[in-house]
Amino acid sequence: MLTRLREDAATTPEQREAEDAWRAEHRDAGVRIAGVRHSFGDLNVLDGIDLEARPGQVIGMVGPSGCGKTTLLELVAGLRDPSDGTISVEGEADAERRLLGCAYMPQRDLLLPWQRAIDNAALALRVAGASRQDARRQVSGHFERLGLGGFEESRPDELSGGMRQRVAFLRTLMAGRPVLLLDEPFASLDAITRAELQGWLAEVLAEDLHTVLLVTHDVEEALYLSDRVLVLTPRPARIAAELEPPEPRASDRAAAVSSPAFTELRQRALRVLGGEAE
Amino acid sequence: MRRFLAPALVVVALLGLWELAARWDVLADLLNIEDFLVPAPSQIAEALWEDRSLLADDAWVTLQEVVLGFLLAAAIGIAFAYLIHLSETARRAIYPLLVGSQTIPIIAIAPILVVWFGYDLGPKLAIIALVCFFPITVNTIDGLRSVDPDLRKMMRTMGAGRLQTLWRVEAPWALPYTFSGAKIAIAVAVIGAVFGEWAGSNEGLGHLMISAQSQLLTARVFAAIVVLSAIAICLFALLTLLERRVVTWKAAS
Repeated sequence: MLTRLREDAATTPEQREAEDAWRAEHRDAGVRIAGVRHSFGDLNVLDGIDLEARPGQVIGMVGPSGCGKTTLLELVAGLRDPSDGTISVEGEADAERRLLGCAYMPQRDLLLPWQRAIDNAALALRVAGASRQDARRQVSGHFERLGLGGFEESRPDELSGGMRQRVAFLRTLMAGRPVLLLDEPFASLDAITRAELQGWLAEVLAEDLHTVLLVTHDVEEALYLSDRVLVLTPRPARIAAELEPPEPRASDRAAAVSSPAFTELRQRALRVLGGEAE
Repeated sequence: MRRFLAPALVVVALLGLWELAARWDVLADLLNIEDFLVPAPSQIAEALWEDRSLLADDAWVTLQEVVLGFLLAAAIGIAFAYLIHLSETARRAIYPLLVGSQTIPIIAIAPILVVWFGYDLGPKLAIIALVCFFPITVNTIDGLRSVDPDLRKMMRTMGAGRLQTLWRVEAPWALPYTFSGAKIAIAVAVIGAVFGEWAGSNEGLGHLMISAQSQLLTARVFAAIVVLSAIAICLFALLTLLERRVVTWKAAS
């Protein structure tokens, strides 16, 4: 994975060139969804979803609860195949191959209660065959950065909700997959912790060129973190509107989310969610 | 200490009633039997003290049978549970047989096992294992099946195969369930041991009970029962202690 050279930060021509070359080499990178429909028996969940996400991009998806957002992520992750349409992850359309390209962070943190925080974060590495010691070493460097320093040996039930969520995110990140599928990663947190973690997620994404699909029901979260936000209709989900936030992952979060452009976009998103036509 | 007070009072009160009933021959008269057939708690305590070396020797034999039989049952029970969990074919082929095995009347089969395997440890272990593997198996299977499906999904996205998921998630998840089954099993294991000894044995608490009964030493029979209960309670406590050491997390509800 190429270390992220943000466009506004990629100052030298060499850096731009390096990034262009990497993009050219990884033309298939990212996620492509074309005409995806899905139903469980008679229940239509997704009704024609198209989207393209490239490395370095965050695609936010907002929609009413139960509209099929989680199903979409599970389809992308390769946990199931869509009833109709195609999905490719890093150029691979086969479900088993999609599984290898994605790291999926489910809504609940799903930390293993019998494992310490650091071993939970290292789970994917252990599954991939690393020794316990080796996996712990790779993970431990990140603990400090995530504000988890000193809690390496804590059991999940000793951690606060925000900390558990960070451990869960670290576990997702440590899987080392190019595509991150985040299912309401901060839904269970209070507003302050959530804003804090959003800022921190923005930092992490600034460092590596991940392709991120972010499902949330929090319009502000989606507009702050995403390069593009898809507003979905109630089930069966279709894309009702596509919004382009003015300043994705701006370093001054408070200023960014209160700017007029941002506020206007949020109103628009809420109107669409409320069922008004575009 | 307070939480022991209430049960202690109940036990003392019951023992007191029993003592009085036995002393005044109330029970014997009521049942129309000889009064020596109804020993008072004090007489049982006397028997416990006077027969202590006899009881200790037989208790040691029974304890060994119970522990070995229980370990055998745990090994077999857990192995069956994992096999059934991993293979749908095994579930269909074996599970009904396991349930069926629990309908075997132990009293009827015990003498046959003794004829087959002789008077030594073999048939006792077989009987103990037969009566106590089942709760271990059933509980472990339930534990393995109750794993959060989202956890299985998560393991799949990490590239974990069937065995990795079993080893890293399902087995630890099921551990508290296995312990619940084991605690039920250890309590019935002592009964299995007594059945085994009744069917044919030269030693053990079960054997002692039979010989004491034929000599109409009822106080000694009850003393043997007291020792047997003490063994079961101690083993149960030991298992609970082990559980606390091993299952240090809050098990999923």
